[in-house]
Amino acid sequence: MLKKLRIILALVFWTGITLLFLDFTGALHSWLGWMAKLQFLPALLALNVGVVAFLVVLTLVFGRVYCSVICPLGVLQDGISWLGTHKSKRPYKYKKELKWLRYGVWALFVIALVAGVQVFVALLAPYSAYGRMVQNLLQPLYLWGNNLLAWLAERAGSYAFYPREVWMRSLPTFLIAIVTLVVIVVLSFKGGRTWCNSICPVGTTLSFLSRFAMFRPVIDADQCVRCKTCEVNCKAQCISITKEAVHIDYSRCVDCFNCIDTCPKGGLKYRFAWGSGAKTPQNAPKLAEKDHSGAESAKNAPESAQRRAFLAGTAIAVGAAALKGIEARAQEVAKKTDGGFADVLPKQAPKRETPITPPGSLGARNFYRRCTGCQLCIAECPNNVLRPSTDLNHLMQPEMSFEKGYCRPECTRCGELCPSGAILPISKETKTNFHLGTAGVNTDLCLEATGKSQCGKCAQVCPTGAIMMVEQGDVRRPVVAEEVCIGCGKCEYLCPVRPISAITVNGREVHV
Amino acid sequence: MKRRDFIKISGAAALAAACAPKGNQSGSGLADGPEEMVYRTNPNNGDKVSLIGFGCMRWPMVRNADGKSEINQEAVNEMVDYAIEHGINYFDTSPAYLQGQSEKAAGIALSRHPREKYYIATKLSNFSDQTPEASIRMYHDSFEQLKTDYFDYYLLHAIGSGGVAVFRQRYVDNGMMDFLQKEREAGRIRNLGFSFHGSPSEFDSLIGLHDSGEYHFDFVQIEMNYVDWTHADGIRNANAKYLYEELDKRGIPIVIMEPLLGGRLANVPESIAHQMKQREPDMSIASWAFRFCGSYDRVLCTLSGMTNMDPLLDNVKTFTHFQPLTEEELVFMEEMATQMMEYPMINCTDCKYCMPCPWGIDIPGTFQHYNRCITEGTYAQSQEQKNYRKLKQAYLVSYDRAVATVRQADHCIACGECLSHCPQSIAIPAQLSRIAKYIESLKQDTL
Repeated sequence: MLKKLRIILALVFWTGITLLFLDFTGALHSWLGWMAKLQFLPALLALNVGVVAFLVVLTLVFGRVYCSVICPLGVLQDGISWLGTHKSKRPYKYKKELKWLRYGVWALFVIALVAGVQVFVALLAPYSAYGRMVQNLLQPLYLWGNNLLAWLAERAGSYAFYPREVWMRSLPTFLIAIVTLVVIVVLSFKGGRTWCNSICPVGTTLSFLSRFAMFRPVIDADQCVRCKTCEVNCKAQCISITKEAVHIDYSRCVDCFNCIDTCPKGGLKYRFAWGSGAKTPQNAPKLAEKDHSGAESAKNAPESAQRRAFLAGTAIAVGAAALKGIEARAQEVAKKTDGGFADVLPKQAPKRETPITPPGSLGARNFYRRCTGCQLCIAECPNNVLRPSTDLNHLMQPEMSFEKGYCRPECTRCGELCPSGAILPISKETKTNFHLGTAGVNTDLCLEATGKSQCGKCAQVCPTGAIMMVEQGDVRRPVVAEEVCIGCGKCEYLCPVRPISAITVNGREVHV
Repeated sequence: MKRRDFIKISGAAALAAACAPKGNQSGSGLADGPEEMVYRTNPNNGDKVSLIGFGCMRWPMVRNADGKSEINQEAVNEMVDYAIEHGINYFDTSPAYLQGQSEKAAGIALSRHPREKYYIATKLSNFSDQTPEASIRMYHDSFEQLKTDYFDYYLLHAIGSGGVAVFRQRYVDNGMMDFLQKEREAGRIRNLGFSFHGSPSEFDSLIGLHDSGEYHFDFVQIEMNYVDWTHADGIRNANAKYLYEELDKRGIPIVIMEPLLGGRLANVPESIAHQMKQREPDMSIASWAFRFCGSYDRVLCTLSGMTNMDPLLDNVKTFTHFQPLTEEELVFMEEMATQMMEYPMINCTDCKYCMPCPWGIDIPGTFQHYNRCITEGTYAQSQEQKNYRKLKQAYLVSYDRAVATVRQADHCIACGECLSHCPQSIAIPAQLSRIAKYIESLKQDTL
């Protein structure tokens, strides 16, 4: 019964959060946005006292139900381990807590969080890891499905579906998402909640509370026949049944209730047991049996972290090389016949000395300290402006660029979505109060300044009137009133000069 | 969609009727006309020209293996075969059409038939390079492309705008008029004429050259349809009525282009379509426009740029059962034209002379989409409208479908390169800017 309830709730949360990451229309976030805001680390970073207090109390009362229900990565692992073990009669066995790994990672994580090494935080934070996988690996499939519907709709004369471009926003982040998925699959396929109990910093944080939880699964030693059914069904591998003693490590128990459900004698109960399990077990069972898999998974974990860092590094190098390799092609002028299209080169991102952070982020300081790189804003940005940074310091954290669109005046979606307070909600009306960056003109490229053509596009389209055309000698050139420019990128996006625009936006450290 | 279906069905009906013995077609709704194609006689040389001609400017394009647009030759062959089989014998092309591919495709398709079965019209489209060398090369190239050693009708392509001055620059100063007149004497050009786009005064000055005997034009090609008859702006674009009457006075045979305004008169707003269908339930909307043109005796040929078999079948039907409009019907057409003018459409006929825009904008695509939305009533006018959300979504989604994002109106930099190419004298950058603003107001909900 409890297990069923857990599964139902878990599926509701997991589906909701996954849909939140998949949906690109913005239709779902007013319904499901709260599920992201309920995530522990984002709520902590957003200084969302209410949510943090709720989660603390929840864990103190019921144990780590967060890990079994609210955390999408946890639910995903349950799914994967079900696939890996449901045919096996004795899928798990008790394993000792890997203290050095668990608390070592946790300590590093806290240090990284305080010191602002967000790459490390983003790599390990469970919600971010999950979001990264969905945005990078699942959303493309979702979009292709949508595009198929759009294709059909077009043929049926319907406007219900429209296609959406599927594009690689950042190779390093994509590769990290793949590595994350591989690590999660490898660890959970046969190992259940190994990740959650050896690596996940949120899991470890909650474990400090869950050992004091009021309600927990308790083994009635009198009824227990030492059949080990609970032990072999424990995904967290935290139940030890020996002749000498029965014991549950509540720091690792995620309250999945598999043990209660499977106990043939009804000897396990989820009940009020405050104050009985804080101490470590006195009769810690001896592990006489061979324990290859446990040792392996313990070894795997730190290695995979290193591998990810390594892959990220190489991926960045590869990505940068690819960008440099694309050289500007001169536009060919064809002989005048009617019809046909002139080539339009795809735009390339210019070098920005200061990256542009989204409207509502208030500036680099606030943004980079709070963003956990969950990719939710990136998955949802309707103008294809946001993409994960490839800068090692801000890896996976979003930044803005205007090759495929610009930050449109009516859109405030990223701020509405962001669960960690890195991007605060702003209104359409106040959007122009935030100066994300400042446009600058490259007169070597500008059509007007070089006398190649009359243009003035940037001045014509600037929503705040920050760009003016001034006479300089016998040519005109655009100039930018720095304090009026809000850095929305419309000028850069619409500048006819390709592949790198003649007017480009550089970010501002402080937006207000 | 409905119209196409209708045409398909009615086209099939026409075919069936054509196969049936004469007098066995009552109840089909077809007018009791002659079973055969209508021909007009060119008074200059007795050419029997079908009243409907094949314009080779709108043939279907497909992407080839290299991703380049290419004429679908197979479809062209099929259409040309059908057209010739059903009596169409006038084919109008130009070295500039369809990215320069039209003449070649026409040559391939037509050369499969005996040369005396059809008349070829092509043009000296020397828009970009007016040196004698380039113009003469273009002229000779047309022979090669069209696989012929004479042209039945040869046109100075799109003169009018800029008046006599531009005419002299393109054809006189480089010696091309002398050259072409000699070619006419040599029989390689059987009829020399020009196609006209411009103001009444520009027309007057050009036809003055004919009047004065400086040059003799055997025929003139003008834009004519029931809207342009008296509703062209009359300032930058002469009314067709004026042009027709001036040419009629002089006894010059007239070839008609844009009888459908680039298809707009085949797909008219619903209220207008309703009135036409009320009168002729079984005739297509397009047939009204063709009957209008054919109702004037000085018209030698009406060109239709047919993209696929559907309009071809419909046109063959219209011109094999040809019924000139009655006086009363002409009044009705004038009424329809007046109603058409109430829709804020852009006067684009999708001729693509403005293309390629050097900055990659899809100018005709943007205008066609805009016009289509107005015609079909999917054009949001205010947020107060009951179905505003739906109309907004329909406009934006269909716009993205019709025109790639980087080729949309907001990317126009108003360089003005297109302006001199537009035969309709559309203020293209201003119109693109208007559409871009409209779309902004849709996106921002400030309409």
